[in-house]
Amino acid sequence: MPPSEAAVAPEAEPLVVRRPLPHDSAPRHVTGAATYIDDIREPAGLVHLAPGYAPIARGRITALDLDAVRSAPGVVDVITAADLPGPNDISPKLIGDDPAITDGPVRFYGQVAFIVVATTRDAARRAAKRARFTTVAEPPVIDVDQASDHVLPDYSFVRGNAQTAIDRAGRRLEGSFRIGGQEHFYLEGQIAMAVPGEAGEMLVYSSTQHPSEVQHVVAHALNLPSSAVTVEIRRMGGGFGGKESQATQWAVLAAIAAWKTGRPAKFRLDRDDDMIMTGKRHDFRCDYSVGIDGEGVLSGVDVVFSARCGHSEDLSLGVVDRTMFHADNSYFYPECRVTARRLRTNTVSNTAFRGFGGPQGMLFAERMMDHIAYTLGRDPLDVRKANFYREGRDRTPFGQQVTDNILAELIGDLETRSDYRARREAIAAFNAGSRILKRGLALTPVKFGISFTLMPLNQAGALVHLYRDGSIHLNHGGTEMGQGLFTKVAMVVAEEFGVSADAVRITATSTDKVPNTSPTAASSGTDLNAMAAVAACGAIKDRLYDFIAEKWKVGRDKVAFREGQVFIGNQSMSLGALANEAYLNRVHLSAAGHYKTPVISWNRDKAEGRPFFYFAYGAACSEVLVDTMTGEMKVERVDVLHDVGKSLNPAIDIGQIEGGFVQGMGWLTTEELVWDKEGRLRTHAPSTYKIPAASDIPENFKVELYESAGNREATIWRSKAVGEPPLMLGISVFCAIVNAIASLRPGIMPALDAPATPEAIMRAVRATTAGEG
Amino acid sequence: MAEQRDTIRFVRRGRIVELRDVAPTATLLDYLRLEERATGTKEGCGEGDCGACTVAIGRSRGGQVAYEPINACIQLLGQIDGAEVVTVEDLAGAGGLHPIQAAMVEKHASQCGFCTPGFVMSLFTLWQQTDGPVDRTTINDAIAGNLCRCTGYRPIVEAALAASAEPREDGFRRASADTAGILDFLADDRDVFIGDEGRFFAAPASVRSLAALYLAHPDATLVAGATDVGLWVTKQLRDLPKVIHLGRVRGMDVIEDTGRELLIGATATYARAFPHVAAIDADLGELFRRIGSTQVRASGTIGGNVANGSPIGDTPPALIALGATVALRRGDRERAMALEDFFIAYGKQNRGAGEFVSGLLVPKLAPGQVFRCYKVTKRFDQDISSVMGAFRFTLDGSGTITEARIAYGGMAATPRRAKAAEAALVGTAVGDSAAWSVALAALRQDFAPIDDHRASGHYRAETAHALLGKALLEAAGAPTVHTRVVGRREEHRHAAE
Repeated sequence: MPPSEAAVAPEAEPLVVRRPLPHDSAPRHVTGAATYIDDIREPAGLVHLAPGYAPIARGRITALDLDAVRSAPGVVDVITAADLPGPNDISPKLIGDDPAITDGPVRFYGQVAFIVVATTRDAARRAAKRARFTTVAEPPVIDVDQASDHVLPDYSFVRGNAQTAIDRAGRRLEGSFRIGGQEHFYLEGQIAMAVPGEAGEMLVYSSTQHPSEVQHVVAHALNLPSSAVTVEIRRMGGGFGGKESQATQWAVLAAIAAWKTGRPAKFRLDRDDDMIMTGKRHDFRCDYSVGIDGEGVLSGVDVVFSARCGHSEDLSLGVVDRTMFHADNSYFYPECRVTARRLRTNTVSNTAFRGFGGPQGMLFAERMMDHIAYTLGRDPLDVRKANFYREGRDRTPFGQQVTDNILAELIGDLETRSDYRARREAIAAFNAGSRILKRGLALTPVKFGISFTLMPLNQAGALVHLYRDGSIHLNHGGTEMGQGLFTKVAMVVAEEFGVSADAVRITATSTDKVPNTSPTAASSGTDLNAMAAVAACGAIKDRLYDFIAEKWKVGRDKVAFREGQVFIGNQSMSLGALANEAYLNRVHLSAAGHYKTPVISWNRDKAEGRPFFYFAYGAACSEVLVDTMTGEMKVERVDVLHDVGKSLNPAIDIGQIEGGFVQGMGWLTTEELVWDKEGRLRTHAPSTYKIPAASDIPENFKVELYESAGNREATIWRSKAVGEPPLMLGISVFCAIVNAIASLRPGIMPALDAPATPEAIMRAVRATTAGEG
Repeated sequence: MAEQRDTIRFVRRGRIVELRDVAPTATLLDYLRLEERATGTKEGCGEGDCGACTVAIGRSRGGQVAYEPINACIQLLGQIDGAEVVTVEDLAGAGGLHPIQAAMVEKHASQCGFCTPGFVMSLFTLWQQTDGPVDRTTINDAIAGNLCRCTGYRPIVEAALAASAEPREDGFRRASADTAGILDFLADDRDVFIGDEGRFFAAPASVRSLAALYLAHPDATLVAGATDVGLWVTKQLRDLPKVIHLGRVRGMDVIEDTGRELLIGATATYARAFPHVAAIDADLGELFRRIGSTQVRASGTIGGNVANGSPIGDTPPALIALGATVALRRGDRERAMALEDFFIAYGKQNRGAGEFVSGLLVPKLAPGQVFRCYKVTKRFDQDISSVMGAFRFTLDGSGTITEARIAYGGMAATPRRAKAAEAALVGTAVGDSAAWSVALAALRQDFAPIDDHRASGHYRAETAHALLGKALLEAAGAPTVHTRVVGRREEHRHAAE
């Protein structure tokens, strides 16, 4: 079923979409009435789970004495690996490298060794502390410098001969720097509640971005067919990728407890446990050499990304591939070799996080541009522009042609709006007269590829019912984590039926309504699910058109759905009246819709194809003030211009852009993950891990949507995906800090690692002053 | 012993709630979510750092109710005795959403919504505490203890700006005098004691009762704001069988300005002390503003910060530099000592069994004294110092340093003075850069800081060095707008200097 003509026609004049409607749940958010899983009224007999883990990062548990745990007040049961009814595997692809509960080997600090089931959560947590472990510890491998084992083979994109090109170039630059990881810090921690039903059935409420995977893995763990397991999620209190694969373990364990005790079972991780036991954004060491001409134009790029993947594969294939797919950001690399090493460490398995590896690749590209600019003494923006993709220089390292590039116009626009050149001069004057404090300014671009690079995921389903009173029930495979997906899809459905958005009932994502869904990830939620919903609406409307033609002899070109009414030739009736009339005439008023992204293809073995349906673009200009004595830094002004095609909902899109920017800024500034030599995460709570607070946002923070003619591809109402791309706008803050430090000594590229904490900034300041780039 | 009461009482939705079986470490959040099933209030972190559990606590002040935000997750249930508890469910009335809530919807200030109830409650208390438009800085400060991972805060601040322009008319304002009357009625002189001799929650009403009870139970845990003890409960799962809450002790929260000194009772919260300390020096005010968050400052006390003896507590270095003394009481015996002598070693203070901190005496700045303090953190607001440095230089008429008091936090196992650096400065001219070099070199003998997750020992040493250098530059007249990225940023030298 093709999507409706209107939905992809840029000239159509919609009544509901493109308006800045509030998030559908906003009135319930602000009154506390929005229900999250921990707020669901607890079923009678509910038991609660708490995890236990060994005090080592690598080695073996040789004995585990749980007697004191079992005898603790309120304890109902204790579950170990030996108690599991099915395969002990929570890995996303069920490849057996990630046990739900270890049966002896310890591969990271925080790996679950047993589960306590008790009548209260407090009792379960207290009991878990009473376990006695006997272990044989081995020295853990913590970071990529120590690592030699790989979770996956190395992989490269190669075009031409990068080293020859670099050798032939007028100038060769080399560098190495570190990119820190990032904790998701979704405000609602990991949680699941499993309710056993008859005949082995299991209903699981899971705060997950991927209900189908939770369903699949729970079924696998309980030796059940998928049809016996239903997973439901109305909303998450934030996801950001942290609940794409890593919500599964807690759901599986809750289901196992429910199966074993026959009682409903809830598992809500404590915040510290959540931060210790769940994966983060991959951190990297990045080593590069590039060849440039006198103007700073690249001839060859050779880069190796060494990724800390943690103890298992998880999503590291796709994540680190996306690093490689974005190692070019917006720049043409005539000859290049982009290599990624996926290293195994004795740390928690790193996972999806907004941008899915892309931000790290892009940070490399921007770092390289800065390196060139500061070495040559050119303005970094001019070096960036000189290397932009343009006609004739438009093939990415993975072979896809960049055909929808709007960066030249977008950057030019932002350069004017942000008064970049004048401020550049003002800052130079300020820095010349200021000994301790230095200002920095940077304008950096974003080009982000939209589509899952694992091709089968680029599909979605939706289910729409039209009831006899004209009310509409909407369901689809996407999950709501705050991004406004449910609002946007409801707006699209309302548009189809000509009703107001609030006339469409939004319902919880559930695997028994729409099966075999993809994770809500890769920024794809609206692109995929709204199209599937339009297809479902179209199917119902087609039946109504046929019914109208039969009953009133009016063709579909004379029928309009508007303002809650259906106009049929010269008469009109309410949607409810039509629906009832259709029902009485035995017309089917429910439909499932399906959508798959057209055009795309990707052959990973050959590294060829067109993995991305389109690119989303944006740019940010940030100004910072740095204290060179202490390394403290303040962001003073930010201007953003971002491309969302024709926005489905400008308010929601602006919210995604602002929130993404701030999250990216946090990743590169205050958010620092610290492991000790024993492999224990030391920053496992908001007291020690610092995401941005309100005062970190400059008063002068201006975010605007790029005036777009609409997505060139036939996306839903010609909009563009917006979930992930804006995160990488935060790179402008990092580059502005580099710019401030670079003012200390011309010709030197400041050796700033990410995150740019006060300590990292002070280190880079000292090195730059000493002439060490 | 005075007359006792074996219940706690508080006001909830216009009614008095009386609870008899209150466990010593029961938390307000668990009461709300598990007992009341009022699930609008969320648990985000369980340690008072994210603000998702923020509720408003109302107390009677001059015939009206004054509201402050607190983190319910680390507030012991017994602490709310005598207060009104307002949660996010209570704000919307028959007329629809509260102006704060309406503005949050209007400005698109919620995305995932999980942090939203906490923001609503923080902004609700700000709205109640003010009578007209408030500025962005005030709003940022009001929500510094609320983390949002979705919005980037801009729309939340916009909502607060918009709502603050609205007239202050709501059901809470209308009921304020009546509610205050109920709260006044609840404020009795009976000592609260729930439990038995082996396990209890107690909230004595007088210093005499407190002294007697603590002497009888020197193993009890004293709780003032519970902003640290709360984490012993929620994170370390410590069993605290005997809890003595200090918040009801009449007169112990006194703040008295004697002209030359500030007397701060042990249970005076940061919030109440703020205007008084800010009047001593702008840096001291800024330091207090950056301690914890609005929620933490509404509960936490300076006495608790001192008594706790943390090496990273922010008030001790500043108070030591100011020459503060701490007053202690055991039974009927009282004594006082210089604050720096109170801290003996990591986790060990000069405090006997059954002895408690009763107050602090903080000298104000005398003419010729220059005070500076700096808090260096990864994040400016609501973060714990990597290094905190406080400096008081006394200058004579010719600009010679006659006394130097320099104290650091985060540099050793206790808050400590930099005696070698101090000695190097005494007798030198304030602008004498040669003397600075000597003092800066001497500072390296004063401390050997360690590595941890906040900073390396190397960075700490370098930063301590930088802060002394900065303090000297500023004392010699450098305008702070040239030396600082945040806080006190003045074009000209401070008038008082």
